[in-house]
Amino acid sequence: MTGVSGRRELKCHVGIGDVVTGEALVASDNFSARYDLDRIKGVFSRPQHALAGQSYDGKVLVMNTAKGGVATAWMLYEMKARGIVPKAILFNAANTILAQGAALADLAMVDRFEDGDVTQLIKTGDRVTVYPDEGRVVVEEAKI
Amino acid sequence: MRLTDEEKAMLAGEHGPARQWAIDHQLKVGRMFDAEDMVPVSQAHMMADPESLGEAGVAFVESFAALPVDERRVAVPMITDPRGVDLTCYEPIGQTEAMAALERRFIAACEALGILMTDTCVNYQTIMPPVFGDHVAYGDTGVVIYSNSVCGARSNFEGGPSALAAGLTGRTPRYGLHLDEHRRATCRFMVREQPDDLTDWGVLGAVIGRLAGSYWEIPVIEGIDHAPTSDEVKHLGAAMASHGSTPLFHMVGITPEAPSLAAVGGEMLPPREITASDMDALRSDFGGVGEKVDVVVFAAPQLSIVEMRDVAMLCEGRRRHADTDVIVCTSPTVFSDSERMGFNAMIEAFGGRVLRGTCFYQQYAREIGEANGWTRLLSNSAKIVNILGGYGYKPALASMEACIASAVAGEVVQ
Repeated sequence: MTGVSGRRELKCHVGIGDVVTGEALVASDNFSARYDLDRIKGVFSRPQHALAGQSYDGKVLVMNTAKGGVATAWMLYEMKARGIVPKAILFNAANTILAQGAALADLAMVDRFEDGDVTQLIKTGDRVTVYPDEGRVVVEEAKI
Repeated sequence: MRLTDEEKAMLAGEHGPARQWAIDHQLKVGRMFDAEDMVPVSQAHMMADPESLGEAGVAFVESFAALPVDERRVAVPMITDPRGVDLTCYEPIGQTEAMAALERRFIAACEALGILMTDTCVNYQTIMPPVFGDHVAYGDTGVVIYSNSVCGARSNFEGGPSALAAGLTGRTPRYGLHLDEHRRATCRFMVREQPDDLTDWGVLGAVIGRLAGSYWEIPVIEGIDHAPTSDEVKHLGAAMASHGSTPLFHMVGITPEAPSLAAVGGEMLPPREITASDMDALRSDFGGVGEKVDVVVFAAPQLSIVEMRDVAMLCEGRRRHADTDVIVCTSPTVFSDSERMGFNAMIEAFGGRVLRGTCFYQQYAREIGEANGWTRLLSNSAKIVNILGGYGYKPALASMEACIASAVAGEVVQ
């Protein structure tokens, strides 16, 4: 980790998609578009999910890992086509399905952070810029 | 990634825009997972229901269907996962004409690509099981975990777009489960409570999947004292993959890559015991005894002919409660056999509905739940109860026998 006064750079594995900037929405929970989301309303809908009720639209989601089925690969594309979609998804460990979905939807996705648990390294509200081709994420802390 | 001349030609567009998209997609994914080259596959299997696809996904596949024949035909045998609409029975379960229309468009596009509309997640029981060492590109996590673990085939979870890409190019990026190093055990479980029925096997799978916790963890399981049936290990794997995103497990002395613990590199891993209390703790998340049940579902995975027989036998001479619907989902091939053998008629006489080529959670579960007033759902599948909470259901889990008894009583009985 480098940087001072609220601006930090995190190194991760090379990922998928273009450079994007957005506000972080963070939980040390897992992710499946099929299991967890109401994709019409753009909110987390599974009651047991740490982000239940919260909107993911336009956010940089920061989660632990992907879980469950294969449907998310199509769903990210469908969500992007309707314009209710996260800007990027950051994981400790993506699975193949999420990577494939990001590739089809042209959604930014990276994982495997050098400094440890990304759900602890980034806080909800932080301003995050993701550079997938470089395996790099810049975090500017939210002003309190 | 190293590409062959043929792959470079695809990337340059010499084999048309569909294969160009496909190989480009595979390069993006392969890069993220450090693939060095491509591996030829013998089959592809695509999950693509209209709820997941939406208008955008259907239009995407239709754009390929409009290409000349030699540019659009898949390069290897390619089959499909369950559909989202049974076109012979959709209005009665509350699906709309718009859903059916989207489904018809997608089927037409697939047929133009030369895809075999098998519409099943039990292809390893009904179509063409892969063989040991066979590289395949399968969708549906239950299909992948069974094929990897029980058959010894090699597949990653290939979502619909990637399975389509593999069908078009006849290959897939060589990463993850295609490589020996990702097939070795990373966590070890000792089972102290022998599973009894299908639901027990599913619960055991769910417990191990939750503990394993990610795609990159490979459980090795000891302590199972007899070889499970194909249906039992189907429920074990489907639940493990659903609850944990697990793509492969080894069972010592039973699955083909694990003649011994040492064969999968498990000797130095600390064993975690799975006890009756672990199983009970998982079941307690899906309770509901005494509550009114709105719908009983047998699906996820689709039923084999043996399960169809078992459900039919339990239905014989009984009738469901007037306020409790019963839905049974199976593959088109099993449906035909079950029809010929009289099992469908027995389930229908009970008041149940047998759907062909669909699976309940893949067929607009939220919309059909709202249309029918289904909230409390009961199933013997540890997979489906994990999925449907996000769709507005209160899912409960019970054995096949208890599910039928509950359908008769109109409330959850154990």
